[in-house]
Amino acid sequence: MNLETVIGLEVHVELKTDSKMFSPSPAHFGAEPNTNTNVIDWGHPGVLPVVNKRAIEFGMKAALALNCKIATHTKFDRKNYFYPDNPKAYQISQFDQPIGYDGWIDIEVNGEAKRIRIERVHLEEDAGKNMHGEDGASYVDLNRQGTPLIEIVSEADMRSPEEAHAYLETIKQLIQFTKVSDVKMQEGSMRCDANISLRPFGQEEFGTKAEIKNLNSFSYVKKGLEYEINRQEKVLNAGGELQQETRRYDETTGGTLLMRTKEGSSDYRYFPEPDIPNLEISEEWISKVRASLPEMPKERQARYVKEYGIPEYDAVVLTATVEMSDFFQETVEYGADPKQASNWLMGEVSAYVNSEQVELSETALTPKSLAEMINLIADGTISSKIAKKVFKELVTKGSDDVKVFVEEKGLVQLSDPSKLLPLITDTLDKNEQSIEDYKNGKDRALGFLVGQVMKQTRGQANPGIVNKLLKEELDKR
Amino acid sequence: MAINEETVKQVAKLAKLEIKEEDIQTFTTEMDSIIDMVEQLEELDTEGVEGTYHGISHHNVWREDKAEEGTDKEALFKNVKTRKDGYIEVPAMFDNGGSEA
Repeated sequence: MNLETVIGLEVHVELKTDSKMFSPSPAHFGAEPNTNTNVIDWGHPGVLPVVNKRAIEFGMKAALALNCKIATHTKFDRKNYFYPDNPKAYQISQFDQPIGYDGWIDIEVNGEAKRIRIERVHLEEDAGKNMHGEDGASYVDLNRQGTPLIEIVSEADMRSPEEAHAYLETIKQLIQFTKVSDVKMQEGSMRCDANISLRPFGQEEFGTKAEIKNLNSFSYVKKGLEYEINRQEKVLNAGGELQQETRRYDETTGGTLLMRTKEGSSDYRYFPEPDIPNLEISEEWISKVRASLPEMPKERQARYVKEYGIPEYDAVVLTATVEMSDFFQETVEYGADPKQASNWLMGEVSAYVNSEQVELSETALTPKSLAEMINLIADGTISSKIAKKVFKELVTKGSDDVKVFVEEKGLVQLSDPSKLLPLITDTLDKNEQSIEDYKNGKDRALGFLVGQVMKQTRGQANPGIVNKLLKEELDKR
Repeated sequence: MAINEETVKQVAKLAKLEIKEEDIQTFTTEMDSIIDMVEQLEELDTEGVEGTYHGISHHNVWREDKAEEGTDKEALFKNVKTRKDGYIEVPAMFDNGGSEA
């Protein structure tokens, strides 16, 4: 049977607030276990959860970046479940009135664009972290419990693991541009569950789906889905029937393992959260948040191409992350030629960041120093060869004033003819054979002579000027 | 009868409660009469009445996003039976209802 894959994704994104979703305990990463938590997070009797206004605003911002509509009436609900990662025995979430709905994003796979619809974006609180010991015990840290989250639920619009991958990448990029989250899968600030089913081509009705959990990296998402397609295909092609189930991706085998079937799944018994009054979101507030959205990747790309004359491919690379894009923008604002700034960022800077496995922000390079260096190359103060040395210094140690730095280090290019001329005369005197070769039309001789002068100045001579002066001197001989 | 013995068992299971076999009949009768009582509301004509999600009418109660130190850990841990290295120790639980966040 020829089967079509149908995939929908649920993506959780942690919001970068100072305090938690419903309590003032710190929503900070990396503290001692169970120190960033309080009686509200633990659901002690008599406590009152109160909504974090910024979390609502961040949720709206993310939803708007995903082209969602914003609900003007919205509320929170209790989702009941028992698990030690949440001592309240319920999660405060949104059930039937999510903050954002009816959104979409455009993805691209193998050069083909496709629109993926987003059903909803809702706000909720994160659970704590459970570590399973080998001694029959689990260890719970509740620092993460209560951290604001948004859950982004796509429609079942994806038809391959590649599309799911592209969707995730695009969600990550868009949310990152809004700066409401770090969206780092490796740190858990972005997590993904997938719903996947197969159906014969042409059939409208969905097949029986499996939900895959624990897809905690981009490659796991792809591998887990590929494994699952294979598993479901085998059952269906053998004439078997699938059951609706929840499975877990197992990173050691690259396969998925059964967690529970539909019969074993819990009924969350949602009901409106009685402790939190309803929210009325004014049009005015929505407009304000919309106006605060930054220029998004697609708009930036178009502007880079149009305003700066940068090739489209380069514009796409420069806007892959908000960090790179902002860095580029600032470098240009410091007066660097956009094309040069783009070349440096895509070339030397990216190479350094990749080889050292660091973030751009972790290097000593600043938009100001990069711009100054590019301008020093442009006005001939330093050669592009020397610039590589200067760059190394800027990226590792940094500099407040690149011009002063190159002068102090004696890296300034030698362009003054009165200083170069004696060296050139000297070089010509020592290389009679090359002069003869040059006169006989061997262009290579000129290159050799330029090289000799460069060598004498330890690379500091301006090659353009050396070239010009050499020619003039050769013609005189 | 809106509630039968199966429903009682299912609710107990969801709430992680153990109930004795001999109590099931009592719970079934009691829960059923509670549902009956609530069902009296169905007799009201609610035509044209807007749905209510909340018992109180005010809205938009929120706080500014400013972190305050958590509750003293030792005070919180008075309700913790077993602990290890700052963590709460619980019996290992796998995938039965799992973390849903």
